[in-house]
Amino acid sequence: MLAIVDSGGANIASVRFALERLGIHSELTADPAVIRAAERVILPGVGSAVEGMKRLQAKGLVDCVRGLTQPVLGVCLGMQLLFEASAEGNTPTLGIIPGHVALLPDSPGITVPHMGWNTLTTGREVGLLDGIESDARFYFVHSFAAPVNAFTQASCQHGTPFAAIVQRGNFSGCQFHPERSGAAGARLLQNFVEGRV
Amino acid sequence: MLARRIIPCLDVRDGQVVKGTQFRDHEVVGDIIELAQRYRDEGADELVFYDITASSDGRTVSTDWVTRVARVLDIPFCVAGGIRSLAGAREILHGGADKISINSPALENPALITELATEFGSQCVVVGIDSRQEAGDYFVKQYTGDPNKTQATRWRTIDWAREAQKLGAGEVVLNCMNQDGMRQGYDLTQLKLVRAVLTVPLVASGGAGTIAHFHDVFRLGGVDGALAASVFHKGTIKIPVLKQQLIADSISIRP
Repeated sequence: MLAIVDSGGANIASVRFALERLGIHSELTADPAVIRAAERVILPGVGSAVEGMKRLQAKGLVDCVRGLTQPVLGVCLGMQLLFEASAEGNTPTLGIIPGHVALLPDSPGITVPHMGWNTLTTGREVGLLDGIESDARFYFVHSFAAPVNAFTQASCQHGTPFAAIVQRGNFSGCQFHPERSGAAGARLLQNFVEGRV
Repeated sequence: MLARRIIPCLDVRDGQVVKGTQFRDHEVVGDIIELAQRYRDEGADELVFYDITASSDGRTVSTDWVTRVARVLDIPFCVAGGIRSLAGAREILHGGADKISINSPALENPALITELATEFGSQCVVVGIDSRQEAGDYFVKQYTGDPNKTQATRWRTIDWAREAQKLGAGEVVLNCMNQDGMRQGYDLTQLKLVRAVLTVPLVASGGAGTIAHFHDVFRLGGVDGALAASVFHKGTIKIPVLKQQLIADSISIRP
């Protein structure tokens, strides 16, 4: 069973619908026992890091998510929460992946939020990108971003480079929205579900 | 490099997609789900659904079709029209929409922009501005969904765009009313003025008639996205052909 953490965020329905289109059953749940027992877990999220952490805390899910040992995929804010802290409201986050999430700087020709379809850069084989063309575009919509570091599997560039796909142990994350990234995004979700991480 | 977005706009009235000229005389152009799927298949980068009657009638968007659209679409979409509260916005976002766009209610209560941005994040809060050129300047209009209810506001377009961004808008859609449905090209002068005062994405709306108009609005207007309705609904411009041409012109576009 695939559990989608019901963090109360806004893109929960679209993640579930994207899985439905792939014929994959998922359960939207805030029950720590159900989440712990799931084969795989998706941590979605739209909104601010402060609100995202508050919702996880209110539902008693912080330690539950931190302690998961099965494959976990954080999406958008869900990925950012995997890091140590976010400059968005100066909030500590889950601390699973080293690094601090910071505001993307705007400049002439570089609008923030980074909103729209962008390409990825990767220097290695990435399981989540299996079967996806190297010039494929994914849909991003975010103002804050995680730094490129040793846990970055693919980066993206919008004025400055930032982490687009991250991984540490059983935790993966993508800054873009696979559920809204056409065929490439659907393939990424399928890769996750089929264990190509 | 971030791609410029091609955004078909579907005006919705009573569950069907309609289109008028200069915001008047609406004719039915098709079913929401059919059109949404068609545009997704043709390569639209995003869709906007405007419930054109909701705002001027004081009604909110029915979330039933929002969820039906969210089930079939694998590209982002934005819902606009009559969203005047956190609860109303939450319903639409939880229904599966990626962004909400507010227009008249933001003018009634500018603090709503901040409330929405705080709750959901700026990235899903779009402010739509209906702007008309008058006496050498640009002014914001309200309740444009119904010509009998359309009103002037106290805002110059450029000031309202700046204010909306300051209050937390993550994107601005500028509907240039003089150009709407005329297919004579986007209002590049006005778009450039607004572009210069914003750091958030700007989407151009109103005036698309030819492929060259899209080229110009990206190259000269500097906008992040170009929204159009009738040229797509009537098939005057095919999205794949449009995109091929823009790519050939070295504009960053998702194939």
